[in-house]
Amino acid sequence: MKIVVCIKQVPDTKGGVKFNPDGTLDRASMMTIMNPDDKAGLEAALRLKDQYGAEVTVVTMGLPKAEEVLREAIAMGADKGILVTDRVLGGADTWATSQTLAGALRNIEYDLIITGRQAIDGDTAQVGPQISEHLNIPVISYAQNLKIEGDSVIVERQFDDRYHVLKAKMPCLVTALSELNEPRYMTPGGIFDAYQAEITVWGRADLKDVDDSNLGLKGSPTQIAKASDKVRKGSGEVVTLDPAEAADYIVGKLKEKHVI
Amino acid sequence: MNLDEYKGVYVFAQQVDNVINSIAFELIGKGKDLAEALGTEVTAVLIGSNVENLADELAEYGADKVIVVDDPELKEYRTEPYAHALASVVNQYKPEILLVGATAIGRDLGPRVSARVHTGLTADCTQLEIGDFPINPVPGKEQKHNQLLMTRPAFGGNTIATIACPDFRPQMATVRPGVMQKREKKAGVKANVEKFNPGFTPDNKYVEILEIVKAVSDTVDIMDAKILVSGGRGVGSAENFKLLEELADVLGGTVSCSRAVVDAGWKSKELQVGQTGKTVRPHVYFAIGISGAIQHIAGMEEADIIVAINKDETAPIFSVADYGIVGDLNKILPVLTEQLKAAKAAN
Repeated sequence: MKIVVCIKQVPDTKGGVKFNPDGTLDRASMMTIMNPDDKAGLEAALRLKDQYGAEVTVVTMGLPKAEEVLREAIAMGADKGILVTDRVLGGADTWATSQTLAGALRNIEYDLIITGRQAIDGDTAQVGPQISEHLNIPVISYAQNLKIEGDSVIVERQFDDRYHVLKAKMPCLVTALSELNEPRYMTPGGIFDAYQAEITVWGRADLKDVDDSNLGLKGSPTQIAKASDKVRKGSGEVVTLDPAEAADYIVGKLKEKHVI
Repeated sequence: MNLDEYKGVYVFAQQVDNVINSIAFELIGKGKDLAEALGTEVTAVLIGSNVENLADELAEYGADKVIVVDDPELKEYRTEPYAHALASVVNQYKPEILLVGATAIGRDLGPRVSARVHTGLTADCTQLEIGDFPINPVPGKEQKHNQLLMTRPAFGGNTIATIACPDFRPQMATVRPGVMQKREKKAGVKANVEKFNPGFTPDNKYVEILEIVKAVSDTVDIMDAKILVSGGRGVGSAENFKLLEELADVLGGTVSCSRAVVDAGWKSKELQVGQTGKTVRPHVYFAIGISGAIQHIAGMEEADIIVAINKDETAPIFSVADYGIVGDLNKILPVLTEQLKAAKAAN
């Protein structure tokens, strides 16, 4: 079985986030990480590899620096890494990004494509379903469980108040929730492999069956009219009190605001 | 693409088990504002099996017209037949704007439809208005009027961006539930219904539903709660949520939680507040043992009053709290609950 996992390098907005005094995000202090939903997708692929035997290829689109996440994926157990990078691909919205990745995926044999549900920088959850549309294969998004049965995948697909157990014939695309699993750590041997591994680098010319009019900033139907750092309302009072005083304080404030 | 052929504001009227989701009424409400600015009408697109009887309800909330796509293949939500239905409506009727709820269904359907009809899609919008693009004139570039300007948070809610889709139609957006206002219901209004069926032929993209498992729950939807007592990792265990439940009981509130709590298996996903959970706007929000990752803050910062209790004085939650208390929740909550009980008894 051949599995392709699409991963993205993103700024780490989780955990150690710092705000500037004006309430905006202090980007300079942020590290980059493998997007959490994508990492869960990779872990799901590696578990299928452990269980059934599979070749796992990781693909990313981004700046040359995004090679780092491919090496991290190889250190976790992926077999091959492909970096799609080209200046003409920059500024892509989800339409152009999904066209780019679909163009790359047309060069690869696959039974199953896994993407994360969404990236923590854009939060759109669009690229996975859009890739499946361009490749004309079924999509099951929001996967919280995944197994293989013959030539099909069986997926628990999460909705707000329920889940559906769905069966789709491969090839198909599944988008993974980070609740799907706990991703494994890199292994020492894997890290060694990752340093040795040859990363395949593809540019515009390597994309199959994609028109220039669908790529990069120029191929993006959506355009940014304006962007700004969000102005937050800012903090109110912060007090350190013993439990009885703290309770008095809260009750007093709730009375003041006519909550009680 | 001749952009002038595209007219009218369309909204996807999501129904599950033949009950219309509140987001449909919210989209009609916002759609009316946009349609008024453009001098056009709002059409709701109702997709399902045996759903025609729901059309009047959409009219009662303001839909000028309802297109009903009714077919046995549409009984349960599945990506392909629903995408085929909605994309076919777009191709047939050519709307200039198409709004879809940013629900688990809408965030699956929207991208597939936008890719099929080749247009842009802006995700999770919190504000929609009609205006010019570019917003300010740029020399040498045509300024287009009557464009849909779609505003959404990004970077986990730390930046906001306004997006336009000037050269493709329809201008598509998914819209965050709980943000747009419904219009007042006008009981007894009858819908102007148009039936449309593009034909459904199952192919490889039609997935098979093996089982539907509904979460057994009688809890209040946290999006409707006026008072939320929300717990995070700092609560320590599923059992310890008892302290929060007691506080919620005395205030007539509801317990919710952060993502860490769902990940730990202490509470179910439907109680999760934040970017990947629900956006809430209660009157009072208690953030208890919640450090305040920006994804969480994005889902609750619109609350009128935010009270935070956390033992870590550097926790980011204090940056949005109106009243922040640095201390041990295990000691504060029981005393607080007792005091509130006493205060209530005295009233």
